[in-house]
Amino acid sequence: MHPSHLIAALLKLLAASLLLISFAMLSRRRTQRLITLFAWQGAVLFMSTLLVAHSAGLRELYYSAALTLLLKVIALPWILHRLIHRLGAQWDSETLVNIPTTMLVGLGLVIFAFGLAQPISRMATTITRNTIGIALAVIFLAFLMMITRRKAVTQVIGFLAMENGLFFAATSATYGMPMVIELGIALDLLVGFFILGIFFFQIREQFDSLDLSNMEALKED
Amino acid sequence: MSLAGETSRYMVAFAKHDLSFLLMLICGWVILGIVGLVRPHRMGWIARILFPVGALIALGIAVLGAIALLSGHAPQIFLLPLGLPNLPFHARLDTLSGFFLLLLGMAGAGISTFAAGYFRSGEGTAPGLLCLQYHVFLASMALVILADDAYFFMVAWETMALSSYFLVTAQHRIPEIRRAGFLYLLMAHIGALCILLCFGVLQGGRWLFTFDAMRGASLTSFWASAAFLLALIGFGAKAGLVPLHVWLPEAHPAAPSPVSALMSGLMLKTAVYGMLRITFDLLHIRYWWWGVLVLGVGLFSALFGAIFAAVQTDMKRLLAYSSIENIGLIFTGIGLAILFEACHLPLFAALALAAALIHSLNHSLFKSLLFLATGSVLHATNQRSLGKLGGLIRRMPWVAALALIGTLAIAGLPPLNGFVSEWLLLQSFLFTPQIPHAFLNMLIPLGAAVLALTAALAAYVMVKFYGVIFLGQHREPSLVHAHDADWLERIGLAWLALGCVAIGVLPQLALRAAGAVTETLLGQAVNLTSPFWLIAPITSRQASYSGLILLAGIIGVVGITFVGVRILAHGRMRRTVPWDCGYPWQTSRMQDTAEGFGQPIRHIFDPFFDMERELPFPTDVAPHYRIHIEDRMWKTLYLPIARGVQRLADWIGLLQGGRLSTYLLYSFLTLIVLLGFVL
Amino acid sequence: MTALTMVRQFGEVLLAIAIAPLFSGWIAQCRAWLQSRAAPPLTQPYRMLRKLFQKDVALATNASALFRMTPYILFGTMVLAAAIIPSIATDLPFARVADAIALIGLFATARVFLSLAAMDIGTAFGSMGARRDMMIGFLAEPALLMVLFNAFLLSGSTALPNVVEASTAHPFLMDPSLLFAAVAFLMVLLAENARIPIDNPATHLELTMIHEAMALEYSARHLALVEWASDLKLFNYACIGFALFLPWGIATHGADGALALGLAVAVLLAKLTVAGAALALIESLSAKLRIFRAPEYLAMAFLLAVLGLLVHLLLGA
Repeated sequence: MHPSHLIAALLKLLAASLLLISFAMLSRRRTQRLITLFAWQGAVLFMSTLLVAHSAGLRELYYSAALTLLLKVIALPWILHRLIHRLGAQWDSETLVNIPTTMLVGLGLVIFAFGLAQPISRMATTITRNTIGIALAVIFLAFLMMITRRKAVTQVIGFLAMENGLFFAATSATYGMPMVIELGIALDLLVGFFILGIFFFQIREQFDSLDLSNMEALKED
Repeated sequence: MSLAGETSRYMVAFAKHDLSFLLMLICGWVILGIVGLVRPHRMGWIARILFPVGALIALGIAVLGAIALLSGHAPQIFLLPLGLPNLPFHARLDTLSGFFLLLLGMAGAGISTFAAGYFRSGEGTAPGLLCLQYHVFLASMALVILADDAYFFMVAWETMALSSYFLVTAQHRIPEIRRAGFLYLLMAHIGALCILLCFGVLQGGRWLFTFDAMRGASLTSFWASAAFLLALIGFGAKAGLVPLHVWLPEAHPAAPSPVSALMSGLMLKTAVYGMLRITFDLLHIRYWWWGVLVLGVGLFSALFGAIFAAVQTDMKRLLAYSSIENIGLIFTGIGLAILFEACHLPLFAALALAAALIHSLNHSLFKSLLFLATGSVLHATNQRSLGKLGGLIRRMPWVAALALIGTLAIAGLPPLNGFVSEWLLLQSFLFTPQIPHAFLNMLIPLGAAVLALTAALAAYVMVKFYGVIFLGQHREPSLVHAHDADWLERIGLAWLALGCVAIGVLPQLALRAAGAVTETLLGQAVNLTSPFWLIAPITSRQASYSGLILLAGIIGVVGITFVGVRILAHGRMRRTVPWDCGYPWQTSRMQDTAEGFGQPIRHIFDPFFDMERELPFPTDVAPHYRIHIEDRMWKTLYLPIARGVQRLADWIGLLQGGRLSTYLLYSFLTLIVLLGFVL
Repeated sequence: MTALTMVRQFGEVLLAIAIAPLFSGWIAQCRAWLQSRAAPPLTQPYRMLRKLFQKDVALATNASALFRMTPYILFGTMVLAAAIIPSIATDLPFARVADAIALIGLFATARVFLSLAAMDIGTAFGSMGARRDMMIGFLAEPALLMVLFNAFLLSGSTALPNVVEASTAHPFLMDPSLLFAAVAFLMVLLAENARIPIDNPATHLELTMIHEAMALEYSARHLALVEWASDLKLFNYACIGFALFLPWGIATHGADGALALGLAVAVLLAKLTVAGAALALIESLSAKLRIFRAPEYLAMAFLLAVLGLLVHLLLGA
């Protein structure tokens, strides 16, 4: 078999696992599990970036793969774990909509994402173009998770997963963004993350809980 | 060899006059009905003579239908010297009619035999009148299938609606039955109106209402689609497609059981026939979105029917909802066929259409069987509510055994017939990714998921149906006196059960019959070359199935196991009280009720139902539990329409002042306006 | 059809009947080890069967013929299912008679009969078990069908031997959709065989049991057949899993001489050993779900299988 076919097949497999992990995140209730899944998602992303870097022979992509490994597989999950331990929020996070319905909606989103991605992937010339739909679907699903969860921590995880999808879209469609942008995004992410972290503590001090439904009390009648 | 040649020559000679024989037989039914009127209260005469003769006529019609189907003749045409001057009735017999006549005759023979044992004199319509209505109903269904012009078709169609209306309201002293009958008549007429309009569109401006003229008419895509949609609404209302299904669960249970069987088993199929006739024969073109529409409606009806059947507590209502499910499956097949045909994949279209046709045939057999079985149960126990039955397998072994066959068949279990059509339908879903539309080829394979869910739910429903009625302990003490069905009823049931087994075991026969129809309608049939005991509709590599060998395998393995256990172990046995984890005070009230058995479905599919619940408190001394489930369609669709009509009627009602001079003024003004037009 | 083919066919079935209890015994042993208990010997299921066959049947007074027939039908359908699934060789004449859809039909037949039999005596637990099992079944069955649909689309055939041959022809082209299908299949396997997240095969706690509740009224040889049939069912499911996701080592058409068959048996045993240990591990790591959560779990399996189908269609292999 030709090596590029093998790489394409492997990439498809990785893309599918990315989607699978996204669905697993939608279906999990426990925050700890979500973080583990997030780390796994990062790991898959790392592998796919490495593969693309190898097949396209782009050195920058190796750097961004390393960045992914450091940031998304090691650093952020570790921080998140510590955070939820300190916040005491490692257990169940209530969902607003029941899980099978959420997954059904997710299924619809996947179809929509693929429909949306079709014209783009027809234009793209990379061997990974089929996976743009999956990247888009991962973004949508992360969004869906943010919508259907109640706790602040899960929202952050959803936010981070969304960024994973974006990153994957970038690598699969165009072999990655320019390095500057990528570094910028990584920095943004980190800053955003810290700000949100500070918010958690503020929210908890204010309401004695991380349940976001408390925020509804803030609106003026 | 020479014998076979001789036989086939006779068959050919005979087949030439098929249609006239058929019409004579149908006349025979009407005559039977009129003879019944001569002595309308002689039960023995009507039941023991007329109904069995009607069954024989049905058998004859089935045979003639089969000959028309398999002889491979060009369609036969016959002009009836009836009807209006210059508008004679045209009759035509082709393979499609042949198939549906076969269906009508096969199931009709069983039902009429059963009815011979079933009807007794009592409340409501006199037996003689019932006999007339019953046979006119049968005859009108056969004429619908044979009609070859819009005028004849509509006359037969309306006769069918009216005669069945009178049969539904046989026990017209009960208000609910009158209400059900009214609803049925209303929906039947809305449907008939749409069909009439559909014919109006189909004639395409030439004002010729024979089907032959319609075949030649070339419609623009707009008018073709309009005709198709009108046909879908019209026949959908008769078939009970969601959301036009509301009359079905009311009317079918209200009728006496043989009539329920006729309506569910046969009348719904005339709607399928009409749909096929118009879509594949009269219309010269088909668009892919028609297929998607029919497919969507069919799948939704199937799922809807199965879910609602699972929560019913009345055995006949349960079966009525199950009919909606099965009609949904049939229309799913039709939708797929339209879609494939429009996408120029005729072989797959033939497969999907064959699945729909065979499922129609199957449904006419097993649904009739089950409705008749509920009739026997009803006679034996006077109970329709599942909550008051139970344990009848010990009192009515014959009915229980035959109903078990129907139950397993309708649950889609191999090696019976329900499985065959579901298998074919699933096979045709496998080809949907080949549809050359970007979005469709992703979406439609998901229909297979809905289909699989529906099929599995049907098994759930049927376990509930059979388990609650026939198994367990008697829920009422009076059930001890239940008696088994009499011999005519048993023959009727056994005939239908035999049909279920035969098609299940030799599906190639049914596939040949359906193949002849698809050959006419689509110019293509699935692969029929495999031996008689095997079906391999596309290629034998793709898929093959043999009910016969599967049945032989099951019997063989079960037999060997039984003998082996007896030889290697022993056959010792003693009878004790049930164990039930050692709980000593068991009463029949501790079994699952019908409500209890439906609970998981209510829980899972909660959004489908409009539920009212009264739950007991833990502190209640006399706990009371009540649940009432309504169809959401009533509140969201029908009641608003009814209110709108009422408002319109009120508004028009203003014209009705009650004063004679005002009315005269209306007439006068109308006259003036009309004269003004003439000027 | 040669004599060798028939030998292969019957040999496979007999092997399935023979080693199915062994597989269950192996899982029980692994579970015991993982939970730091003294493990029962590997032959425990056989001893159990022998004991049961020797006992006298105690039949409820109101049991009908359906109740007495059911154990034989259960066993028969499971044996037939074993005849369709290519566990060691793909040249199975019986697989032409019944494809994978018919296989699901056979499983459904077994389930319907067992549920009906459970309702026959009319005890509280029996009908409760029947209801729960049918609930699990109606969700698990479509999920399984969707898993198989994936395989059908990949191989263009609904006959399992053809599926295996198609996938062994391209051993490195693991389709991504199979990933989803595999997860869904594992979930269905656990649910359908009354294993931990849904039911506990080792429990007799009245209110949580499902399979046990249905077999409650059976005794002696009837119970032995019911148990043997459920062992066979687990074995069959494992073999379906191997055929779909790990087809290596199955003797394909044309390359199924005695040596290849011997090898195939050895590979099958190795796979069963690993799979049994893995199942025991999964069961030990997870907690039993409340019965109300079971629909959610199965709906997830169903949706995952559907998603696999979707991924296959979308990525357009």
